[in-house]
Amino acid sequence: MAVASPTRAFGASIRRREDPRLITGRGKFTDDMHLANAATAMFVRSPHGHARIVSIDTSAAAAHPGVLGVYTFEDVKGFISGMPCAWPTTNTGDTLKLATYPPLADGKVRYFGEAVALVVAIDPNTAADAVQLVNVEYDPLPAVINNEAAVAPGAPLIHDSAPGNQAFRWSLVGGDTNGALAHADVRISQTLVNQRLIATPLETRCAVADYNPASGEVTVWVTSQNPHIHRLLIALSTGIPEHKIRVIAGDVGGGFGAKIPYYAGEALCIFASKELGVPVRWSESRSENYVATAHGRDHIQHIEVGATKEGKITALKVTAYASLGAYPSTAAPGVPTWLFGCIIQGPYDIPNNEVHVIGVYTNTTPTDAYRGAGRPEATYILERVIDLVAAKVGRDPVDVRRLNFVRKDQFPFKVANGTLTYDSGDYELTLGKALHTIGYTDLRAWQAEQRAAGKLVGIGVSSFVEVCGLGPSSAANAMGFAGGLYDSATIRVHPTGKVTVFTGVHSHGQGHETSFAQIVARDLGVMVDDVDVIHGDTDKVQHGMGTYGSRSAPVGGGALRMAGMKIRAKAQKIAAHLLEVAEEDIEWVDDAFRVKGSPDKSKTIPDCAFAAYMAGNLPAGVTPVLEEQHWYDPENFVFPFGTHICVVEVDRETGETHIKRYVAVDDCGEIINPMLRDGQVHGGIAQGIAQALWEEAVYDENGQLLSGSLMDYAIPKASVMPHLELGHTVTPSPHNPLGVKGIGEAGTIASTPAVVNAVMDALSPLGIHHIDMPLRPAKVWAAIDAASH
Amino acid sequence: MEENHVGITVEVNGRPHRSTVEPRTLLVDYLRDDLGLTGTHIGCDTGQCGACTVIVDGQSVKSCMVLAVQADGAHVRTVEGLAQDGRYHAVQQGFWEKHGLQCGFCTPGFMMQSVQILEDNPDPSDEEIRHALEGNLCRCTGYQNIVEAVKAAGATIRSGAETMAVGTGVGA
Ligand code: FES
Ligand code: FES
Repeated sequence: MAVASPTRAFGASIRRREDPRLITGRGKFTDDMHLANAATAMFVRSPHGHARIVSIDTSAAAAHPGVLGVYTFEDVKGFISGMPCAWPTTNTGDTLKLATYPPLADGKVRYFGEAVALVVAIDPNTAADAVQLVNVEYDPLPAVINNEAAVAPGAPLIHDSAPGNQAFRWSLVGGDTNGALAHADVRISQTLVNQRLIATPLETRCAVADYNPASGEVTVWVTSQNPHIHRLLIALSTGIPEHKIRVIAGDVGGGFGAKIPYYAGEALCIFASKELGVPVRWSESRSENYVATAHGRDHIQHIEVGATKEGKITALKVTAYASLGAYPSTAAPGVPTWLFGCIIQGPYDIPNNEVHVIGVYTNTTPTDAYRGAGRPEATYILERVIDLVAAKVGRDPVDVRRLNFVRKDQFPFKVANGTLTYDSGDYELTLGKALHTIGYTDLRAWQAEQRAAGKLVGIGVSSFVEVCGLGPSSAANAMGFAGGLYDSATIRVHPTGKVTVFTGVHSHGQGHETSFAQIVARDLGVMVDDVDVIHGDTDKVQHGMGTYGSRSAPVGGGALRMAGMKIRAKAQKIAAHLLEVAEEDIEWVDDAFRVKGSPDKSKTIPDCAFAAYMAGNLPAGVTPVLEEQHWYDPENFVFPFGTHICVVEVDRETGETHIKRYVAVDDCGEIINPMLRDGQVHGGIAQGIAQALWEEAVYDENGQLLSGSLMDYAIPKASVMPHLELGHTVTPSPHNPLGVKGIGEAGTIASTPAVVNAVMDALSPLGIHHIDMPLRPAKVWAAIDAASH
Repeated sequence: MEENHVGITVEVNGRPHRSTVEPRTLLVDYLRDDLGLTGTHIGCDTGQCGACTVIVDGQSVKSCMVLAVQADGAHVRTVEGLAQDGRYHAVQQGFWEKHGLQCGFCTPGFMMQSVQILEDNPDPSDEEIRHALEGNLCRCTGYQNIVEAVKAAGATIRSGAETMAVGTGVGA
């Protein structure tokens, strides 16, 4: 059934328009592209975390039947010598030491799994055989994995260009933190580890490149969250003219940040296709994905907190050691700095705060954005700190949150370090709703009974605000990001009134083909089914910045709204002309332009489109056709917020955590499609719970990745996920054209501390106040065991 | 290379295919690369993710853990064969209605496993569903709507209601 009233489409839980192809097996993911005569690329990867390359002998591989080419750095460097970093930021006197990131190892390997040679063969089996025939002799070097050890005197040097393995020092200061610490009633020092994670989209990275030597054009199918950024970076790094490059990111099987960066694998497929004159395909295995695709998080944070005896936080000082891994990935320096430090006071009015970040190189896979990117690392600090302060002053953590919240009447609210102005919020509202939903008072009474019976049960609260909708461009530039953060929309109303929309953001699970059609259907008064949304093809879509930082709805959607208003403005002139009245005498009511006082005399957008294409009867000065474009550069970020509450029971005998209840109340402003919003929250919470309880990228001291497959890296299964109880409130963004705030990352940001706080609350009767994540049974059991001796 | 190829006959979604394959060829690669049935996906190399799940002779299997030659003479059902007579399978409809998919990459595997679950028991509890889906990983949905999808599909099957026609139902 189609939606009866177009205007009802916005805000309705309509089924997704992308699903029919996906549930029938007709999606087109990158690896589904089977081009005739395509060759297969595979990489020879380093078995060492840190080693000098003594020699590479490719002769046996090259001589193997069916092998088309074997290449090392020397062969490819003329095509691409280094992977560009698009966020080369620092803000202190120390200059950024941006190490060169070669597409294939250049004389040295600096992380386990680094690509050393490229093999191209007629088919995957032959390529796999040839990979085994490449003989690389290594001289292993001591590796350094720990972020603080990396910058300690005497640590193995990873890059000659980065003495002491330091990439940068970065700071933000607001108020007088040292002064406030000195006068605080209570002080707390705590070290927190925000462990390294692996994004694990179910689809690994893949690329298919088809270079046409006659025209000099190349088409690249790639698993990308931001195809235009990929096209730009390909052009800048290879010298292939940008207008000759077509990047297509069709169906993409999840990204979570890991498909933002521009990687060597994609670039070298283009190289090989150009060299060999055939299409070249490459598809990561999962084990390869775990070493070759960017990891996330990986901070060691030292925290100093000062508070009054009531629990009002007066000072917060954070010193974080953040790992970039072995090389600077596309956006890597920006993630642990601006995306982390600006929001360091979260939803709280903490007048004095400082954050200092030391970016370090370690012998690990490069890091970059992972769902939330910097904001989960900041939120985790705050939410642990609130609970630690509450325990110290002997108050309920909910009361301490309330005491510290930015109040509703303080918006717009400028944070102490001056970088952000929160647009709108009502933190009490979401907290109150979450407490009510879970029945907080009764729950505490239940907990007391359970504790009396010897059970370890805990309640964890997490309130958060996130900065998202990345833009505006001026802010991005001020933060050292080498790119704009606007986005684009083109709305093409066809002669028959059907609509094609082109958006510069990208959907890899978010459902834009549905939600964006809902936006446009409302503005144009047409059926959702009559609006098609095109994204992910640089030859079809005007420039755009792609999807990350929960920016699609606020920025991409904002652009759509503005373009829709341009369509309406032009159509209104046409409608008035057709109705033979002055423009002021018509109004937009019930999906049509209607003559004021005679609503039956009306023209719809399709009516106007037909006239616009026939073009013989248009008002003076109005050009033919009905198509508009808008480039939307937001005036501010948007700031979604919420409160999540988790109830756990910890098994004393096994250390295992069972989540008994989970309530999430989110406020992301206006809602385009509640069903899709809930889906985003569900998935985000799953990833956040997983960080709290299970997931961790583990290296040994030689730099071997021990959690290198899905057997060792514990992403959640259906059987371990609790049923999630969702609620929401609506506090529109006052400056966004749609009033929306973004929801893609909220669940991940909020849930990690909610779970950890719950487990710590459960363990608090034993005198345990903190255990670093992930809270796996063995670790929790050991803490219980130690506490009871 | 041709000399070590083996001839096989596999019936896929009701249609017989005669092919020659290398003995080491996995069933999933055979389906994707030789038959062009790219609806079955590959999400791992250790048999963990279930993206490759298909039904072989009435039993759901991970097609990355089976050699193509082992499927010689077998009947294989893949996502492409789920819809019948122009109508969605109840499981497809359930996943669509309940928003059981986001990126859709894991979805064919989940749907094939769900078909198996419901063929074994058309009225499973939440817990039974979650348990029976343990061999399938989804990174997008947090599983909640997948559980809802399987329950909805079970209800459709039990009621005997007709499912939506393929090509309809968009936007509602
Ligand atoms: S691809 Fe078969 S289980 Fe992952
Ligand atoms: S929907 Fe993306 S992995 Fe399941």
